[in-house]
Amino acid sequence: MKEALEPIEDFSLNLAGEKGKEVILAISGRLALENLHRFRSELKKRWTEMYPAKLTVDLAGVDYLDSAGALALVQMESEAQARAVSFSFSNVHEEAQRIMGLIDREALTQPPLIPEKRSISLLEQVGEASQRIFADLVQMLTFLGELLTALFSALWHPRSVRWGDVLFYMKRAGVDGLPIVGLIALLLGLIIAFMSSLQLKQFGANIYVASLLAVAMVEELGPIMTAILVAGRSGSAFAAEIGTMKINEEVDALITMGFDPVRFLAVPKVLAAMIVVPVLTIYAIFSGLLGGLIIGVLGLDLTVYSYVQETKRSIELFSLVSSLIKSVVFAMLLAGIGCQRGFQVQGGAEAVGAATTSAVVAGIFLIIVTDSAFALALHYIR
Amino acid sequence: MPSSDKIPVIEVAGLTARFGDNIVFENVTFQVFKGEILVVLGGSGCGKSTLLKHLIGLYQPYRGRVLIHGVDINTDDDAQLRKLRTGFGVLFQSGALFGSMSLAENLALPLQEYTDLSADIIELIVKMKLGLVNLAGYENHLPEEISGGMKKRAGLARAMALDPTILFFDEPSAGLDPITSVELDNLIKSLNAGMGTTMVVVTHELESIFNIAHRVVMLEKSARGIIAMGDPRDLQQHSRDPRVTNFFNRLPPEAKETRTGNGQKNL
Repeated sequence: MKEALEPIEDFSLNLAGEKGKEVILAISGRLALENLHRFRSELKKRWTEMYPAKLTVDLAGVDYLDSAGALALVQMESEAQARAVSFSFSNVHEEAQRIMGLIDREALTQPPLIPEKRSISLLEQVGEASQRIFADLVQMLTFLGELLTALFSALWHPRSVRWGDVLFYMKRAGVDGLPIVGLIALLLGLIIAFMSSLQLKQFGANIYVASLLAVAMVEELGPIMTAILVAGRSGSAFAAEIGTMKINEEVDALITMGFDPVRFLAVPKVLAAMIVVPVLTIYAIFSGLLGGLIIGVLGLDLTVYSYVQETKRSIELFSLVSSLIKSVVFAMLLAGIGCQRGFQVQGGAEAVGAATTSAVVAGIFLIIVTDSAFALALHYIR
Repeated sequence: MPSSDKIPVIEVAGLTARFGDNIVFENVTFQVFKGEILVVLGGSGCGKSTLLKHLIGLYQPYRGRVLIHGVDINTDDDAQLRKLRTGFGVLFQSGALFGSMSLAENLALPLQEYTDLSADIIELIVKMKLGLVNLAGYENHLPEEISGGMKKRAGLARAMALDPTILFFDEPSAGLDPITSVELDNLIKSLNAGMGTTMVVVTHELESIFNIAHRVVMLEKSARGIIAMGDPRDLQQHSRDPRVTNFFNRLPPEAKETRTGNGQKNL
């Protein structure tokens, strides 16, 4: 529901003269934005009643006029001229004259300098989308190249890395993420152990709950869940931070000061993620296994010793190491895509929002695709 | 000042602004009269923008009150507050246009929300307002596609969308070249003269002050409040307060009493 601006003080219209001939329209009262709609419809009604050949609008009784009211009067004059009706104003106060004088009549009819965006055909939409995806891919590859160069350069020249920033982002992405990563992994372990126990109990294979959970957590769920959580927490934050810096011309300032923005802004974030994500992954695996242990001991009558022994038997060193390598790659991808989306920002607040969303979506997509590639590769390596 | 009748539109009484232990200004009292352009001026950090934010109700006063048309801007009555807010417009320093909307959409927004006007009338009003600020034809441009001066003018057009009786300006000349700045000042003057809108302008640009102000209120950081009020030319020539004359004559505070090589005081 629309809210009225203020109590409507009315206007009144008085017509004098003969239909089809000379007519005098006396307007009095308040003519403003809030009663513009009614004024126009009233006027239209009177116009069709009179069809004047000559119209004089007497403004002597108008005691308040704002720019919207003045616009209505100016429009009335234009409409009269369009109908070839001789038109004039009379008794216009100085104040009304000033306001009407401010209205640029040409501006009312001037077409926009940029035409309104027309709707495009499906084929054009597909073409535009393809172009966008291709440009995005090129930009992503370029950024990946820049990032890898900067990371290798950091390996050869560790002193060039801003280690203070690395520590800061390690705390942000790692330490601050411990509670949520631990909680999610623990609950995940509880759920998987509970659901699988319902089936395995029927065959008296309670002890294999430990093996199932150990394999699932170490090989897939630990690295993937951690990476997705860090993408949501930190990938988005990296995109928003760099995006806002881009809008505030801080990135331009870095470039003009001779700094490489990738080395300055992206490398500390990516390095921090590459260091903390494997640690978080191990922490998530342990939390998940703890969840399984709780179900095993409380729900399946297993002893802590037997559960732990079965878990140890199921975990291969190869799986653990490959999982940690996977998590390092995931970390590089999610932090890298977060930074890249941030650097892509152009425009205003909306662009920062879009970059943040895109960083999370693209980050999760890349994690899943890379995980599939790892699954295939590890199958053959093993 | 066009109106000879001095009807107070804004009344500031005993206003104190305080953030934590930091008192920005205290016991500030002044009035703004119908149809006048009042400039709030002073050096950096004296609390000009803080005062403006108190006037438009963005900050709650620590002490004192701000009345607009006799109603407290910090009233708890939501309906009254909304009515009060639609009665004034604000031009923020950057223009504060919504970046995702075209200029036409920016201007149409308050009209769509607060009136029952049809889309074609709103379109016409938008064209008229853009014409008022010399931006005819720019309705489909996005804020990022226009210059800083144009953004300010578009922001002014949006501030005037509902034909408010009061307009507030926060540093209208900031970041503009001198010619664009003068153009904006002239626009402010012509709108004031043409529509009789009461205007409160926060600025420290001397050219602007002399060009547009009917009256000024000068704040000073160390005084934590108003140190002068009146006609700017009058203050420049006749004020006995060196802080006021220094400001109007572009002298830094430390230049008021330096010694030349021969030991004479140089004022």
